[in-house]
Amino acid sequence: MIYNEEFETLPREVLEALQLKRLQQVAERVYHTVGFYRKAFDQAGVKPDDIRRLEDLRRLPFTNKQDLRDNYPFGLFAAPMSSIVRLHASSGTTGKATVVGYTKRDIDTWAELMARSFVAAGLTKNDMIHNAYGYGLFTGGLGAHYGAEKLGASVIPISGGNTRRQLMILQDFGPTAICCTPSYALYLAEQGKEMGVDMGSLKLRVGVLGAEPWTERMREEIEEKLNITAMDIYGLSEVMGPGVSIECTEGRRGLHVFEDHFIVEVINPVTGETLPNGEQGELVFTTLTKEAFPLIRYRTRDLSRLMKEPCRCGRTLLRMERVSGRSDDMLIIRGVNVFPSQIESILLGIEGLEPHYELIVDREGSLDTLEIRVEVGESLFSDEVRKMQEIERRISKDIKEYLGVTAAVKLVETKSLKRFEGKAQRVVDRRKL
Amino acid sequence: MKVEQISIFLENKPGGLENITRVLKDAQINIRALSLADTSDFGILRLIVNHVGEAEKALQAHGFTVRRTPVVAVEVPDRPGGLHGILAVLLKKSINVEYMYAFVDRSGENALIIFRFDRTDEAIEVLRENGITVLPGERVYKL
Repeated sequence: MIYNEEFETLPREVLEALQLKRLQQVAERVYHTVGFYRKAFDQAGVKPDDIRRLEDLRRLPFTNKQDLRDNYPFGLFAAPMSSIVRLHASSGTTGKATVVGYTKRDIDTWAELMARSFVAAGLTKNDMIHNAYGYGLFTGGLGAHYGAEKLGASVIPISGGNTRRQLMILQDFGPTAICCTPSYALYLAEQGKEMGVDMGSLKLRVGVLGAEPWTERMREEIEEKLNITAMDIYGLSEVMGPGVSIECTEGRRGLHVFEDHFIVEVINPVTGETLPNGEQGELVFTTLTKEAFPLIRYRTRDLSRLMKEPCRCGRTLLRMERVSGRSDDMLIIRGVNVFPSQIESILLGIEGLEPHYELIVDREGSLDTLEIRVEVGESLFSDEVRKMQEIERRISKDIKEYLGVTAAVKLVETKSLKRFEGKAQRVVDRRKL
Repeated sequence: MKVEQISIFLENKPGGLENITRVLKDAQINIRALSLADTSDFGILRLIVNHVGEAEKALQAHGFTVRRTPVVAVEVPDRPGGLHGILAVLLKKSINVEYMYAFVDRSGENALIIFRFDRTDEAIEVLRENGITVLPGERVYKL
């Protein structure tokens, strides 16, 4: 099934003509409304008028995550606050979060793309959707919620956490679909089993899972344990939120990008050059219709490749392969984006703490764990256990408060962690994805 | 009147303690008293040794995190209520005991206990005013 038959199956030349027209409009608009873009375009020696063909997109400068931080909170907004109806933000230490805004029309577009995603994943208005993405500043919860309502499905806004209650509702309400991170889907399955719930006999039939990297092996495990079809959904708050691309039920090879609203490119993350079709590199998105927070050539750091071969489902939209990794050091821990540099700035904010630490990311059962090992130097050391434990607690608490992730802190002997002559490798990711 | 104690941070893992005792053995340091405080993942070893400066130097040279802390060596009458009498005196002045541990050797007829107080100087004053013997470092190291 296809939610928006007209736009999801446009002949390529019509789609590309639409993209060009919209690209010209958005370039024109950001140039005249956002100081950052005017400066960036001028520096690159390009004017909105220079865009005459789609390939001219390559002449426009990239936008990076750092540009978003530098313009915190609203510097990149292209619409006045009076016409903005929603704000979302990514996690970050104070002043480092990235903030995104939506006009009424942006929210409608987002809802439509989420509704398209649900239909591509095999859902209809007759489904009941258990939405376990977090509601709040994170785009997952509300994004999926509006899409489910737009589709006309029944949505349970359960949000994240409180697993016992989630299991009760899964049994009592009998939802037919679930939205959450893949690792939470596995966690639910495990907890349910422990509580004696026959997870295979629930009415769930489809999972729309995303917000963190996962693998075919995890998919098989989720499908077996929950007796569902697990579909991969992709999105990021900067570009819009969930619903930028979605797998379709035909073969599940790649995620259709909603190209009438976004242009996707794949670039070499080192040189920045656009890569030919099919080669792996970093995904770059340009938003075509967003009013409040348009983005020009945003570097996602997500690694993937594009497939332009037609799909049996009938959509003419190209597909991106499941994201296989990152071209930077960002960690995704239980769906929360964390940069090691954020952890470092928190650690170094603690008096007496030396910059000798190691981050160990692992997966216990189905849940990600973060352990922070910190060396105890002379200035941190005390002969009293209580004071040492206070340091551990303080680090944990600061990490939780600023970044929203739970970390176990382990104090280790001085000089027991590796020393680096060049670029420090302080992250050990033991998750076998 | 204070006694200098050496504290050493160590992870809770096999061989942790043995590394420290080897360094002390090689430096010909004699341990007079010790206490090990432990949590699930780290421990703090506290030592009274015969040569504080040399022990500290040797341990630091082997990469240990070491700290010197002033503690108080108090003679405790070796009879029922002996320790209680001392603690009662301190309580009156609201002096808190952070931790304490006993010496293996005795000081004459009395037991010897090492105290770590929140207010060291004041504690010594109070103890002496009440006729309780506080042993100076020079005597303790040589016991």
